[in-house]
Amino acid sequence: MLELTQVSKHFGGVEVLQNVSFTVQAGQVFGLIGPNGAGKTTVFNLITGLIAPSSGTISFNGQPLTGVAPHQITRRGIARTFQNIRVFKEMSLLDNVIVGMHAHLDYSAAGLLLSLPGFRQQERQARVRAHELLSMVGLDKNAYDLADAMSYGDQRKLELARALATEPKLLLLDEPVAGMNTGEKSELMRVIVRIAERGYTIFVIEHDMRFVMGLCQRIAVLNFGRIIAEGKPEEIKRNPDVIEAYLGRDDESETVSAA
Amino acid sequence: MEGFDNFWAVYSNLVLSIGINALLAISIWFTLSCGLLAMANAAFMGIGAYTAALLTMKAGASFTVALLGGIGAPLAVALIIGMPTLRLSGVYLAMATLGFGEVVRILILNAERWTGGALGLNGIPQLTQWWHVLASLVAVLLVLWRLRRSRVGRAFEAIKEDDVAAALMGIGVMSHKLLAFALGAGIAGLAGALNAHLTFFIGPAEYGFERGIDILTMAVLGGTGGLAGPVVGALVITLLPEFLRSFRNYRLMINGVILVLIVLFLPKGIWDPSRVRQWLKRSRRGMPDNTAGVR
Ligand SMILES: Nc1ncnc2c1ncn2[C@@H]1O[C@H](COP(=O)(O)OP(=O)(O)OP(=O)(O)O)[C@@H](O)[C@H]1O
Ligand SMILES: [Mg+2]
Repeated sequence: MLELTQVSKHFGGVEVLQNVSFTVQAGQVFGLIGPNGAGKTTVFNLITGLIAPSSGTISFNGQPLTGVAPHQITRRGIARTFQNIRVFKEMSLLDNVIVGMHAHLDYSAAGLLLSLPGFRQQERQARVRAHELLSMVGLDKNAYDLADAMSYGDQRKLELARALATEPKLLLLDEPVAGMNTGEKSELMRVIVRIAERGYTIFVIEHDMRFVMGLCQRIAVLNFGRIIAEGKPEEIKRNPDVIEAYLGRDDESETVSAA
Repeated sequence: MEGFDNFWAVYSNLVLSIGINALLAISIWFTLSCGLLAMANAAFMGIGAYTAALLTMKAGASFTVALLGGIGAPLAVALIIGMPTLRLSGVYLAMATLGFGEVVRILILNAERWTGGALGLNGIPQLTQWWHVLASLVAVLLVLWRLRRSRVGRAFEAIKEDDVAAALMGIGVMSHKLLAFALGAGIAGLAGALNAHLTFFIGPAEYGFERGIDILTMAVLGGTGGLAGPVVGALVITLLPEFLRSFRNYRLMINGVILVLIVLFLPKGIWDPSRVRQWLKRSRRGMPDNTAGVR
């Protein structure tokens, strides 16, 4: 579904990604892990068209994404959440989600100006759908509150609902449980599992090993801009390179087996 | 009735100025609501005014055609200059659009054969009736009201808050910015066309930096949170000099002070529905709202 081939990215002289290749299969929950600064978020920025690769190609459902504008990439079916939360703070939760439906609201200027039935029906459906999505992440009771008033964890859930509103085929989640407590984490994990069961393909960046190992069918490990391992969770857990590079040496490797 | 006639005889110009200024305040509302500080609206007003005046004076066009020309010309110019300039952000966009305004002013000054240069255009037929202004204002407010409740209005707001996140929601950021800029230009042009056919005379000095600051002050004072904002802003800024007649020479300075005070203390303007709603909520709960502090 999503294929990165020999993708490199440098900012000025700094090589942030070098010859990164991997494939995310449709229907999978795919995980990308790696130490701080490894280049994980940069991978998402490349996929969503916010930055262009220095070399290599990214293709989605067989079509190259090179030179495609971010909003067009979203319309092709890729949505994401952000590591540093980017909800629309001054809008209600409901409006945040409805903004995600932008490309799917298809009414004419006349319909809009004269409030014709087609316009009203689509807007009504959008609201109903937005409420559904908010309930899915457990936020519907706050639908009319401003996003700014929500906790960190709730804003992450809101971003998830908003991303789903774009009707993606592939969902990119950048550290969805960062800054959450254990209870919130397992709650969100259940939500993500439910989303995956509905047939969405999910590509998740995460530090929390328990979370990643529990959720993903395949995992790639990024270290200093290179993919050093890729495979099933059990393989990754045992891979000595991964243990050394990502999870630290000796003493810390115990946390891996514990995870 | 006689009382009204007397009132109208004295104040009709003032009332119509309020209406025209409200249109101008709305014209910059569009770009402000996308988070863009574009300062070209005085120039767009000028383009609209000269286009419409030339149409009625030199081409013998009807007032309707003149008004349409007054809307269309600045709108077309906005589409052309918007492409390169709207990619700029913040202060760079403000500078580029101010520069554009200066270019327009100098072009008007130098195209003497058409525009009368520094002497301006004299003897414009006084075709603007009170109801032209009222109908224009109502129509524009209606369009705005509909826009705000649609995907377009939400897209503007999303772009204002975070244009990267907006793009990743599938919103064409550039096309919406261009739309906002062009609609604002058209409305500023309409205001210019109506004004030109009200005042008999127009000159290039009317569409310079001072006018730009005036427009901005009205919009910022009123706030962009609600539809009534620009109208309230226009009302205050138009009436203020009447009440402070002795301070007339300090008009610009007073505008500047108002801008500073509003930005410092009421960044959302005096008309801010969400703040009013919050006040109501708070007084109903009877306790201070401290959720904002907990982040
Ligand atoms: N736009 C940019 N310009 C210059 N350098 C950048 C840019 N974006 C990222 N970098 C650099 O690229 C490197 C990788 O950053 P990235 O955000 O992809 O890491 P990450 O794996 O997501 O890290 P974390 O786990 O901390 O989120 C960092 O050294 C960062 O400073
Ligand atoms: Mg990151």
